[in-house]
Amino acid sequence: MTLSEIKEILKADVIVGEHRLDMMIQAGAGSDLMSDLLRGPKDGVVVLSGLNTLQVIRTALIAGVAAVVLVRGKRPGTEMIAQARAHDLPLLSTPFTMFTACGRLFRQGLRGVEQKPSQ
Amino acid sequence: MPHLSKSFAIKARDYIRGGDVSIQIQGLLKTIGFDGNLIRRVSVCAYEAEMNVVMHGGDGTLTLIVDTEAIVIDVKDEGPGIENVELALQEGYSTASEEQRELGFGAGMGLPNIQKNADDLEIASEKGEGTHVRISFAVGT
Repeated sequence: MTLSEIKEILKADVIVGEHRLDMMIQAGAGSDLMSDLLRGPKDGVVVLSGLNTLQVIRTALIAGVAAVVLVRGKRPGTEMIAQARAHDLPLLSTPFTMFTACGRLFRQGLRGVEQKPSQ
Repeated sequence: MPHLSKSFAIKARDYIRGGDVSIQIQGLLKTIGFDGNLIRRVSVCAYEAEMNVVMHGGDGTLTLIVDTEAIVIDVKDEGPGIENVELALQEGYSTASEEQRELGFGAGMGLPNIQKNADDLEIASEKGEGTHVRISFAVGT
């Protein structure tokens, strides 16, 4: 599905990357553990996280994820926004909890990294 | 390919800048034009090693060395050292503080993640003597 569809499903605000909403997202991952996100390739993966720190952005960049969604309505700080913008990493915020946000995406057909279509 | 050796300072407990060196390294490797999967493996290892210094080490230095045969991430810190390296390499073993866990680290996966992604990993450390980690990756075939 596209990032635009994810935005709609999660009723999310786009904080960075409005111009990249047409990108295709292959799979989803949800984690507050940075080392979990660093395991394996994350190309085309949207990451949902409840962790609202600069390290989420840096981890996402290092792991090569396609986009980051902060759950529970968390709003990123100015440094997080600046870093995401500097690397053109889409950053969204959804009012849903991690559990609900993952469930909503799964119901609409998005699968976890272990079931990526390309694998 | 030209030989490259570049060192970066890492400051202990600087959670704002922590990880920034690895982002720079990722950028350098992209500029050189390495394969995407190799860049990801090197970047993940550099990041885990950098955050280990930020969290556990004293101040430290990360050096990126690139030549025709290998990429090396060499990390030295002035921290308290690793008391039991074998234990530290076990997944799930952690000495992280509550503050560090709140940042999403300290799940005991740092060194195991490095081991998984590297072609070669050497750790020299003794309690009170700091830590020297050398992570190597073969380049090309």
